[in-house]
Amino acid sequence: MLSLAPEKPQAAALSHPPVERETLLIEVEGVRKAFPGVVALDDVSFRLRAGTVHALMGENGAGKSTLMKILAGVYIPDKGVYRLHGREIALTSPLDALENGIAMIHQELNLMPFMSIAENIWIRREPLNRFGLIDHARMYQMTRELFAQLSIDLDPEAKVASLSISSRQMVEIARAVSYNSDVLIMDEPTSALTEHEVAHLFRIVRMLREQGKGIIYITHKMNELFEIADEVSVFRDGHFIGCKRVEQLTHDEVIRMMVGREITEMFPKTIVPIGEVALEVENLTLDGVFRDVTFSVRQGEILGVAGLIGSGRSNVAETLFGVSPASSGQIRINGQAVTVDSPRTAMQHGMAFLTEDRKDTGCFLNLSIQENMQISVLGGDNLKAGFVRQQALDSMCAAMSGTLRVKTPNLDERIENLSGGNQQKVLIGRWLLTKPKILILDEPTRGIDVGAKAEIHKLICKLAGQGVAVIMISSELPEVLGMSDRIMVMHEGRVTGIVDRADATQVSIMTLAAG
Amino acid sequence: MAISNTQPLDKAAKSGAFGFKLPAEARIFMVLLGVALIFELLGWIFVGQSFIANKERLIVMVLQVSVIGIIAVGVTQIIIMGGIDLSSGSVVALTAMVSASLAQTSDFARAVFPSLTDLPVIAPLVAGLLVGLVCGLINGAVIARTAIPPFIATLGMMVTARGLAKWYTKGEPISMLSDNYAAIGAGINPIIIFLLTALVFHIVLSYTRYGKYTYAIGANRAAARVAGINVNRHLILVYTVAGLLSGLAGVVTSARAVSGQAGMGMMYELDAIAAAVIGGTSLNGGLGKITGTVIGALILGTMTSGFTFLRIDAYYQEIVKGIIIVVAVVADQYRQRNRRS
Repeated sequence: MLSLAPEKPQAAALSHPPVERETLLIEVEGVRKAFPGVVALDDVSFRLRAGTVHALMGENGAGKSTLMKILAGVYIPDKGVYRLHGREIALTSPLDALENGIAMIHQELNLMPFMSIAENIWIRREPLNRFGLIDHARMYQMTRELFAQLSIDLDPEAKVASLSISSRQMVEIARAVSYNSDVLIMDEPTSALTEHEVAHLFRIVRMLREQGKGIIYITHKMNELFEIADEVSVFRDGHFIGCKRVEQLTHDEVIRMMVGREITEMFPKTIVPIGEVALEVENLTLDGVFRDVTFSVRQGEILGVAGLIGSGRSNVAETLFGVSPASSGQIRINGQAVTVDSPRTAMQHGMAFLTEDRKDTGCFLNLSIQENMQISVLGGDNLKAGFVRQQALDSMCAAMSGTLRVKTPNLDERIENLSGGNQQKVLIGRWLLTKPKILILDEPTRGIDVGAKAEIHKLICKLAGQGVAVIMISSELPEVLGMSDRIMVMHEGRVTGIVDRADATQVSIMTLAAG
Repeated sequence: MAISNTQPLDKAAKSGAFGFKLPAEARIFMVLLGVALIFELLGWIFVGQSFIANKERLIVMVLQVSVIGIIAVGVTQIIIMGGIDLSSGSVVALTAMVSASLAQTSDFARAVFPSLTDLPVIAPLVAGLLVGLVCGLINGAVIARTAIPPFIATLGMMVTARGLAKWYTKGEPISMLSDNYAAIGAGINPIIIFLLTALVFHIVLSYTRYGKYTYAIGANRAAARVAGINVNRHLILVYTVAGLLSGLAGVVTSARAVSGQAGMGMMYELDAIAAAVIGGTSLNGGLGKITGTVIGALILGTMTSGFTFLRIDAYYQEIVKGIIIVVAVVADQYRQRNRRS
C-alpha cells in the first residue's frame, strides 16, 4: 500500500499494483539520471500496462519530463533497467524509440510549418511511385484514411503554418498514431486545446486504449486525471512516490502525494513592519497570456507567487517590468498611475527584476563579474564627461560582492566560471546597486546549492526589513510558504487566490494552483 | 580594463612556458611576427634581401591597409555587438564620389557642380562624413525597427550604395581635385588617420558607457534589455558610427587617388571583417578588441607585401588569404569550446 510519508522512496517501489507480466508494455527499474549539479531522477521505477492510460503527476521539476524523455530515447539514463515487452533494451535516440513502437507527442510542437500536413505526417516514410519519386496522391489518400479513423477534419494538403495551435496538436497526434506505436507519450496535450477539442482528444485516447495501446499522459490538471486516466504515478523531487489505480484515489490524496514533503529547511523569515502600498496592479492583462491580474504589495512585504509552469506567473513579472508591455490594466506605484513600456522605464520607477533564466536573460557569460554587476548603473554619478568612473564602480562592486559573499578570487573573473549560486548573487548585486524600491524575483534560488540558497533567503528578508517591496515567484512550495507574507496563486493566466501566510498550507496552495 | 581578455584562451596560454596568462592580442601579435619572420627567411633565400629591414616597404605595407583599418574599427564594434556590416565597401565608393564632387577645382571645365568648385576643404570632408553617417543610420534604423537580420539589411545597403555611386555621375570618374583635399590622403596621412581612429575607439570601447553597452548587447541581447539598456537605440548608434568611419575611409581613398570612382572600395567590407576576425573578434558577439583588429589588419598588409616582395602572383595571395580567414574562425570556435569544457 501507498505510504503518505515515503521519505525512503525505495520502499515505494513495492507499491505498484500487482500485474500480470504479459500485459506490461514498459517496465523501468532503478533509473537514475543526473545533470551537472542536479540529480533529476533517482532510483525511479515505472510500469505501463497495455490498454491503459497512465498519468504522470508531480510538481514542476519532480522528474516527470526527464522520465518521459528517457522512455522516448531523448535522454540515456545513467543507471537502471528498461524493458519493453519484457525484453531489455537500450534506446539510443528518439528515432530508435519510434522504431521500437514508442511515439512521443511533444509539448513544444515539432512540425515543419511550410510543409503540408501530409508531408509532416509521412516524413521519412513517403510513399514512392515507380520512378522513385514521392507519390503525393497516395500520401494524401493515406492521410485522409488516417484522419477518418481519428475523425479529424483537416485538409491533408494544407500547410501546417495555416493551422491553429490546436489543429497542429491534432496533426501531431495523428502522426504519432500513424507509426502504429504500442506506446504513446503525451506531454500536457490539452494545454492548447479548447474544451470541445479536449473532448475530441479524449475520444481518440479512449479508442487507442481499446486497441490495447499504452498511453502515458502527463498533466497538471486534476480533473483530466479523473476523467481519462486508469492509473497514476506520482513523482516528487526526482523520486517515484507511488502508483495507484485512479478509482482508489481522491483529489486530496493526489495532491498530498505530490507535495507531501516535510518542510525541513529553515527559513529565516523575520517579521518586519509593513509600510505603505508600494505597487498596485489592477486588471493587468496581456492578451492570450494572462488576464485581470489584480494585487498589491506593500513596503517591507514579501508577496509570494505560486503556480505551475505555464500559469502565467513569469509573464506577469515580465509585463510589470516592461519586457512585454501590458495590453490593458493599470499599474500604480506609490499611488500614482504609471506606464511601463520598457525595462528602462520600470527601472526609473524603482523596480528591479531578477529573471528566471540566468543564462538566457541574466548573465553576460563572456564578460567579467565586474562588467556584469555594474551594467545597470552606468549613468548619473558614475558617468563623467561620457567616461565611466571605473574606480568608483570597482569599489562599489567590490563592496557589494563582499556583502553578498560572492566566492571568487577577483571581479575580473568571467561570470561563466562561477557556480550557479554565485552567478545569482552577482545578478542580485546588479539590481541592488540600482537601489530598488520594488524587487521582483523570479525563481531566485533555482538550481543553486543549499548554502547559497539560505544566504539568498536571508538577504531577501533583510531587504524587506529595509522597506523594499518584494515579489517572489517560486516553484518550490516550501520556499513560498516559508518566505512570504501573502501568497498569490495563479492558474492558466488567472489569479485563483491570494492567501495570507497564516492560512497557507502546501495543500491549499497546490489546490489553487491545480485550478 | 575589466573587459580585457584575461581568461585563458587555451591550455598552453594558461600555464604555458611563460607561467602567466597572455592576453589574446599578444598571441595575435605573435602571429604577426611569425608571418613577418617567414617572409624574412624566404626573402633571404629567394630574393637575397631583408623583408623587414626596409623602411619604405613597411610604410607601404601599413598604407595599403589603412583604409581597410579605418573601416575595420567600425566593423569591429558592430561584430562585438553581435551584428555584421557588408555595406562598408559600397559606402566608401559613394562617399568618395560625393566628397570628390565637392572638391573639384574651377580649372576644370566639366566639373560635376560647376557652381560648387574651389570650396574650402572642410566642405567635401563634412559632406563625405555625412553621407557615411546617413548610410550607417539607415542600416541601424532598418535593423532595429524591422528586426531583419543585419546580414540582409547591410547587403541591401551594399547594393544600393554602389548603385548610387554609379548613378551619381552616370559612371564617370571625378577628377581635378584641389590640392588641399588631396593632402588628406598624401604621404603617411592615411596611416595617421587610421591609428588615431583606432586609438580613439580603443579608449571609447574600454572606458565609456557606449563601449560597455556594445559588449553587453553582443554578449546577451535579451539580458542587456532586461538590464535596462535601450538596445535598439544603441544598435542604431553603433551602425551610425561604423557608417561614419566608412565615410572617413571614402574621403581618404578619394583624396589619396585624387579622384572619385564608383568602383572604389570593392570588397573592402570583407577585408575589414577579415581583419576583425583574424584579430580575435568573435562573430558570436561580446568578444573583441580594437587592438586585435589593428594587428589583424597588419597581418593582412604583411601578407600582401610579402607576396609582392617574393614576386608571387596576386592569385596566390587571394587563395592564401581566404584560407587564413577560415583558419582564424575555426581557431576562434576551438578556443570558445575549450573555454567551456
